Amino acid sequence: MTYIVNGETVESAAATLSELLSALDYEGDWLATAVNGELVHREARNAVRLSDGDRIEVLSPMQGG
Amino acid sequence: MPIFYGTEVRSRLFLGTARYPSPAVLAEAVRQSGTDIVTVSLRRETAGGRSGGAFFELIRELGVRVLPNTAGCHSVSEAVLTAKMAREVFSTNWIKLEVIGHQDTLQPDVFGLVEAACILAGEGFEVFPYTTDDLVVAERLVEAGCKVLMPWCAPIGSAMGPQNVPALRAMRAHFPDVPLIVDAGIGRPSHAATVMELGYDAVLLNTAVAGAASPAAMAAAFAKAIEAGHAACHAGMLEPRDMAVPSTPVIGKAVFT
Repeated sequence: MTYIVNGETVESAAATLSELLSALDYEGDWLATAVNGELVHREARNAVRLSDGDRIEVLSPMQGG
Repeated sequence: MPIFYGTEVRSRLFLGTARYPSPAVLAEAVRQSGTDIVTVSLRRETAGGRSGGAFFELIRELGVRVLPNTAGCHSVSEAVLTAKMAREVFSTNWIKLEVIGHQDTLQPDVFGLVEAACILAGEGFEVFPYTTDDLVVAERLVEAGCKVLMPWCAPIGSAMGPQNVPALRAMRAHFPDVPLIVDAGIGRPSHAATVMELGYDAVLLNTAVAGAASPAAMAAAFAKAIEAGHAACHAGMLEPRDMAVPSTPVIGKAVFT
């Protein structure tokens, strides 16, 4: 399936958000995720099934003012 | 010391973490500032990237409380989602709410700000709104549930210092019981002292420290200026006057002619 991850097109067989994160080598307890503009809590990533064309944001801490 | 949403802090300086030459310089500036609150942000992590983790670890080691921001958000929906994602990562209800209305001036979109503050307060966030010195907007923010206000004193990163002292003074007088933090536009310690003399509770800084030749030394200088301004405010300052007044008494002065 095709997903848009942080604005980039990604082809992946992953069916859930957890699987997609693993497939793309995302790890760590510092990530926040959203699918189609809605927050997906850490503990819900296993349960969230993705659909073709879903827009996924993966954010992490960075410096800010 | 000031209390923000029920939390007493030990410093009147909130320090931003961006634009330092290195993580080590940032860490030393935080230590020298004496602050216990730093602002942080969220950005897209590249696949396989670990940069966010390294920064997160640095902040944890500093042992300070974080105030995540929604910097760069230009719409209510963007700011609200960013706030929720920040809460997920940083495990805090505090959010420095920015809804930017203008690309060049980085002026807040105060209409979007009030709307986003209302939504976030309803979802249990403790909102620190980056706003202008407009009193009506400030009233709307308080009605929306904000228990802290953060007016700018000049555009973000401009280092111009207080551009409208009467407006800042009016805001202090209008909201005697709301903690007020000047956020944005401070360039040097005298600017910070000035707003503290007006009775502000704290100052939020970033570029003025990060961009200094020696960020750690500048952080220490700001800490002193902020404390001095705060102490002066509560010591009862003289009002300026047009005429000279001799400081040495003239009574009993010798007459030699």
